Amino acid sequence: MAKLTKNPGEAAISAEHLVRRFGNFTAVNDISFRVEKGEIFGFLGPNGSGKTTVIKMLTGLLPLSGGSALVEGLDVGTDSESVRERIGYMSQNFSLYYDLTVAENLQFYGRIYSLEPARLKRRIDEIVQLNGLAPYLNRLAAQLSGGWRQRLALGCAMLHEPKLLFLDEPTAGIDPVARRQLWDFLFELSGHGITFFVTTHYMDEAERCSHVAYIYYGKLIADGTPNSLRELPDVQPPGTLRVEITTPEVTRALRFARQIPGVRSATIFGQSIHALIDDHCNLDDLRNQLLKNGIAVAEIRPLAPSLEDVFVELTYKHQALLEAAHA
Amino acid sequence: MPNIFRGFGAVLYKEALHIRRDAGTLFFSLTMPLLQMFLLGFGVDTNIRQINTVVYNADGRRESRELIDRLKNSDTFHILRYVENDHDLNDLIVAGKARVGIKIPVDYSDRLLHQMSAQVLVLIDGSDSSVAGQAINVTTAIGLDESLRRVLKDGSSFAVDMRPKLLFNPDSRSPNFFLPGLTAIMLLNVTTFLTAFSIVREKERGTLEQLFVTPVRPFGLLLGKLLPYLGIGFFELCLILFFMRFVFRVPIHGSILLLAILSLPYLFAALSLGILISSKANSQAEAMQLAFLPILPSVFFSGYIFPRETMPAIFYPISYLIPATYFINITRGIILRGAGIAHLWTDSLALFIIGAVLLIIAARRFQNKVIMA
Repeated sequence: MAKLTKNPGEAAISAEHLVRRFGNFTAVNDISFRVEKGEIFGFLGPNGSGKTTVIKMLTGLLPLSGGSALVEGLDVGTDSESVRERIGYMSQNFSLYYDLTVAENLQFYGRIYSLEPARLKRRIDEIVQLNGLAPYLNRLAAQLSGGWRQRLALGCAMLHEPKLLFLDEPTAGIDPVARRQLWDFLFELSGHGITFFVTTHYMDEAERCSHVAYIYYGKLIADGTPNSLRELPDVQPPGTLRVEITTPEVTRALRFARQIPGVRSATIFGQSIHALIDDHCNLDDLRNQLLKNGIAVAEIRPLAPSLEDVFVELTYKHQALLEAAHA
Repeated sequence: MPNIFRGFGAVLYKEALHIRRDAGTLFFSLTMPLLQMFLLGFGVDTNIRQINTVVYNADGRRESRELIDRLKNSDTFHILRYVENDHDLNDLIVAGKARVGIKIPVDYSDRLLHQMSAQVLVLIDGSDSSVAGQAINVTTAIGLDESLRRVLKDGSSFAVDMRPKLLFNPDSRSPNFFLPGLTAIMLLNVTTFLTAFSIVREKERGTLEQLFVTPVRPFGLLLGKLLPYLGIGFFELCLILFFMRFVFRVPIHGSILLLAILSLPYLFAALSLGILISSKANSQAEAMQLAFLPILPSVFFSGYIFPRETMPAIFYPISYLIPATYFINITRGIILRGAGIAHLWTDSLALFIIGAVLLIIAARRFQNKVIMA
């Protein structure tokens, strides 16, 4: 596993051997990771793999069955209330009160964090300015579009100036423009030293994170910068090459490509096939093999693995390990 | 120092905003009980009077007509029709047009004149047991009275003279009986519904999950959310009492202040029930269904309509688990019987215990099923 070079000093999150069991079921199985201050940490994994459980453990909602976690330097096991003062959290359904106005939502969350009236007013002014909410202050949250709701929810989560924000699928169900704007906004804030813990299903979002981790059925199977993960030997075994084969007949091409000696794996990506081949294979030979079977090939070119490739390869490897362990 | 009520003020203010935004729900929940009150207060009379009766008088002479007059004057029977044969007598009862059929045989007057026992046939539709019971009692009493008058002649008095005296509700007015009970049922419904809804709405929207990751403390959250509904429940009680006293003229014999104070443990139990429901329900529709569950036992097993003493032995213990049982005893005790704290403290204690147990179960469920799930 590619570890990040550890910065000296305190991490935003440092989790050591986290374990959470529900009865006989181990939802989180010995997970350790470290999130540095100012990082945008992308936390990925299929549904039900333990993402939410980890967030609940780090925010002090769920007691740990084992291990320890420091969040902003505080132990979540013993100091969860102080942890909650220092973090912000935005859930995927933008937890707003739809029958309250934008201003009332902001005021409520500000009061929950016991902000002094003067500070609350200043913070609301800042958030409204930053998120462009000014025209909507007296509008009910129910009347906002998805993108604006998300901005408001983010604003509510930031009122008390947390240094660490947990965003649980912040872009689920919002339009592409709002999605791009949110990410621009996150980069800007992270430039000011705010740390983000973001879960997402979008691979393009994962690519934008400065640090990603992938959890698969309770186990952390990837942890590092997107580039360091692409260079993992499991993803790009020595002596292999990743190529993109562009062809009008992807389905048929896939069937033949998988039978060609030297092709280790192949998957369809839109109008092309991504294949992992032995690097002694000649690309022209590959093209000829396909042509021989009557498949028109537009182009074959080397390709850097995407994060999706990374997670797919690591998942296969992890499954193989699990099966070997069971056998 | 950690403030265990942290967030209380913010939550209270927000909850007040919700209630103001949703004035329709508030209006509906306050007027529904009043509507029920008007229906029960004006529309229902449990005193059985004017039972539809069909008469077949085969005799037709003075003595038989006197008997019919006595039946009429009892106010229990309303002579619907006179018929001329057994078939019609039966038929009107089967058709449901009459509940009681009275047949005076052709030799009624003759037998009386000859000092012999004269029989009168009384057919009673037994499908409504209280109507049937009243018909049996009144016809038997009239028969007995007729017989005694003939035996004793005028002037002599009865050997044993029972003198019943109704305490507390001397006119047997139905509103006096129903409305104090209705107070208990309505208070339970409104408070449980509103509490359950206010929490489930936050579950549905995901705001509850959000609140759990803020520094708000459980006590602050709970109290801030529940106090407004306690207030509404209390206002509801005042409204019901006002209408009961000044529109339905139910005299209040005991202390209203005591009633107000003793309503608190009952409201506490109702709120706890609401929280318990909200720990189980994940949607408002589900909460609605669950909130209906306690209504039926509260209506039928609490003594609100049917006396608890006549319940089958297996159901009787259930009535002790129902908060309405105790509060109905409190409302009827204070309003009708002028009871004081010395008579009612056990009921209040029971309500407090039920409320506390429900709250503990609800809190545990929240911890395990909502926060940690």
